[in-house]
Amino acid sequence: MLNNSNKLKVSVSPHLVNKRLLTPQIMWLVTLSLLPAGVASVFIFGLRSLWVILVGCISAALIEAVIQKLRGQKVTISDGSAVMTGLLLAYNLPSGVPLWLVVVGCFVAIAIAKQAFGGLGRNIFNPALVGRVFLLSAWPTYMTTFIKPFDTITQATPLALMKQEKISNLSEAGINYMDLLIGNRGGCIGEVCIIALILGAIYLFYKKIITWHIPLTYLVTVGIFSWIFGLKSALFSGDFIFHILSGGLILGAFFMATDYVTSPLTQKGQIIFGIGCGLLTCVIRFWGGYPEGVSYAILMMNMIVPLIDRWVKPKRYGVK
Amino acid sequence: MIKLSEHKELTEHNLIRKAKLPSKVHIPLIQHFGKPCDKVLVKLNDFVKTGQMIATSEGGVFSPIHASISGKIISITDCPHPLLGRAKAVVIESDGEDEKIYDLINRNDEVQAYSAEKIREIIFNAGIVGLGGAGFPTHIKLKPPKPVDTFILNGVECEPYLNVDYRLMLERTEEIILGMKIIIKVLGAKNVYIAIEDNKKEAIELFRRANLPSNWIIVVLKTRYPQGGEKQVIKSCLNREVPQGKMPFDIGVVVNNVGTVYAIYEAVCKNKPFYEKVITVAGRGLTNSSNLEVRLGMSIRDLIDECGPIKEEPRKVVMGGPMMGIAQYNLDAPIIKGTSGIILFGKDEVVEVQERFCIKCGECVTHCPIGLEPGMISLAIAKDRLDLAQEYGVMDCIECGLCSYICPANRNLVQAIKYAKQKIEDKRTKK
Ligand code: SF4
Ligand code: SF4
Repeated sequence: MLNNSNKLKVSVSPHLVNKRLLTPQIMWLVTLSLLPAGVASVFIFGLRSLWVILVGCISAALIEAVIQKLRGQKVTISDGSAVMTGLLLAYNLPSGVPLWLVVVGCFVAIAIAKQAFGGLGRNIFNPALVGRVFLLSAWPTYMTTFIKPFDTITQATPLALMKQEKISNLSEAGINYMDLLIGNRGGCIGEVCIIALILGAIYLFYKKIITWHIPLTYLVTVGIFSWIFGLKSALFSGDFIFHILSGGLILGAFFMATDYVTSPLTQKGQIIFGIGCGLLTCVIRFWGGYPEGVSYAILMMNMIVPLIDRWVKPKRYGVK
Repeated sequence: MIKLSEHKELTEHNLIRKAKLPSKVHIPLIQHFGKPCDKVLVKLNDFVKTGQMIATSEGGVFSPIHASISGKIISITDCPHPLLGRAKAVVIESDGEDEKIYDLINRNDEVQAYSAEKIREIIFNAGIVGLGGAGFPTHIKLKPPKPVDTFILNGVECEPYLNVDYRLMLERTEEIILGMKIIIKVLGAKNVYIAIEDNKKEAIELFRRANLPSNWIIVVLKTRYPQGGEKQVIKSCLNREVPQGKMPFDIGVVVNNVGTVYAIYEAVCKNKPFYEKVITVAGRGLTNSSNLEVRLGMSIRDLIDECGPIKEEPRKVVMGGPMMGIAQYNLDAPIIKGTSGIILFGKDEVVEVQERFCIKCGECVTHCPIGLEPGMISLAIAKDRLDLAQEYGVMDCIECGLCSYICPANRNLVQAIKYAKQKIEDKRTKK
């Protein structure tokens, strides 16, 4: 016989427990999925990139903790989002940057792009990208000096060479698709080793943390656009594989454009977002002032997410 | 809609068995959608028989209420109510005899000649209400103000744990088919669908093998929550939607769930008032999780004892399914007409997780069966912007619980929505 009812918990439905991934687990799993690219970068660019990564993660977490302490809020670094931002920022830096620059970038990312908006979930822009773009405009030289893989000398990225019309195809840069896949090219720490990034992305798909809507539309749009306009001399003959595999596109499409907070709510909206990112990336790459457009493209699309969410609504039951 | 972990296995293969006759029942005067039965037909110390009408009303939406055991009326007073907290109820102390007021007959053949009006009257007098959800009086539902050409038997039973409709379909197949024939006649429906999810293979098989009229269609649906909702099952079966703010009959459809159809069969063909129903009593902590045929008014405690002994002290007791049911704090609360189950949750099945800010993952938006944006609604409610919540369609929410169930930020979405709906409703009635 059951005696007393006073131990019974009363709460609103639903009562079924769901062993779903919660916010912190999602953040940490995304961080985990990024690790292969980090490990690869240490091989490619040496220990230097390890220091950049560590400083990025640690300073991002510390800055978040300090800000939350100062504002008398609960410190939420255990939810993993600050570390993830630090890591993503580090991945968007050349391996040769001074370490203080990493800290400044983290400060901008966490303090300005995230906490000033009210913290995780309320920010409009992808914090890591805000950090990167700030550094790019404040210290352009540091941010565009890339180290040659397995070496200490500097080297321009294939995209930059293409932009300056020093080369017109990949082989003139002395590398092939395989080099792009394994990361044997100049570039930011986390963007070069495509294979490692794809590995992480597959894991995120498997865990159902990301869906195809943004990354696929983003990549396909860049592919089509660069096939049409990628070669200055003739239409419909651009090297689209090169354009998809170079720069920060793979990193951006799978790990940054997919950021929940700064992308549209609906799947239809996400498709629009992906296409928009793709178009802007190409416009910047081909006609803009920078060789690479992924960061700006995603940030610009971040800005219109509220608009997309306002116009692209889910289909309501029983409403025409 | 998504696939849930169903936990049906606890009672899936258990034959329906009759619960022990209770020594006392509390029969609330409100057990349906509509107004309470304010005309109590019995007095203190009266002797009543099983099936005797003890309360009714006049005019409006209600359904009369019957004694579920024979015995003495020992009080008519406020008692625990599983949904309302407390409500007026008639308390009957059993004389142990279970003496019926009606004769159980078999009038299957006679029924064919009954007029629709007569059948509705039998259903009304038997006190039948919709057993799938809100408990809307069935005699009213079967008198739609517009012509209806389609009837759907809702055998979806998408709530986890519950096997009431499933067991009824397996064990009382013929009776349900007879009940359907009665309904179809009353409605004059030409298109008949039997909707069953593909997790109920045996039931599908039984209906396929039964000798069904040629125009009846068995629709096997993919198992998805909350497909059993009236509007969802219509959409899944017919690929049509009930327009916002309208009722199924507006598009010529009536849906009844299996339990209701069975009750109609019993009333019309067997002359039996509705005072007894099948419910699932299940939980890991029970030695004998069961599908029980119980008398209305039995206490939750009696039923837990019936399925005991208890292996693990429950931490939460829910009346109804685990997605939409109501957590109970008083085990003296009685089974009412709409009760579909009693689910017990142990300590580790009741977890408390911290609510976080919405990370805009869109999961709730993708899966909401009504096409709402629960996350945005909850943010509007948090800012006290009920007008905005209304714009987002909060009043259309069917409270299926899916959004709270999947939200990675563990937002109390359903709680916020229920709160807002109440507030908005209050404001409307005050005007
Ligand atoms: S599921 Fe939760 S976190 Fe995701 S959008 Fe909905 S409310 Fe926000
Ligand atoms: S908003 Fe309502 S209808 Fe939509 S998933 Fe949540 S509870 Fe269900």
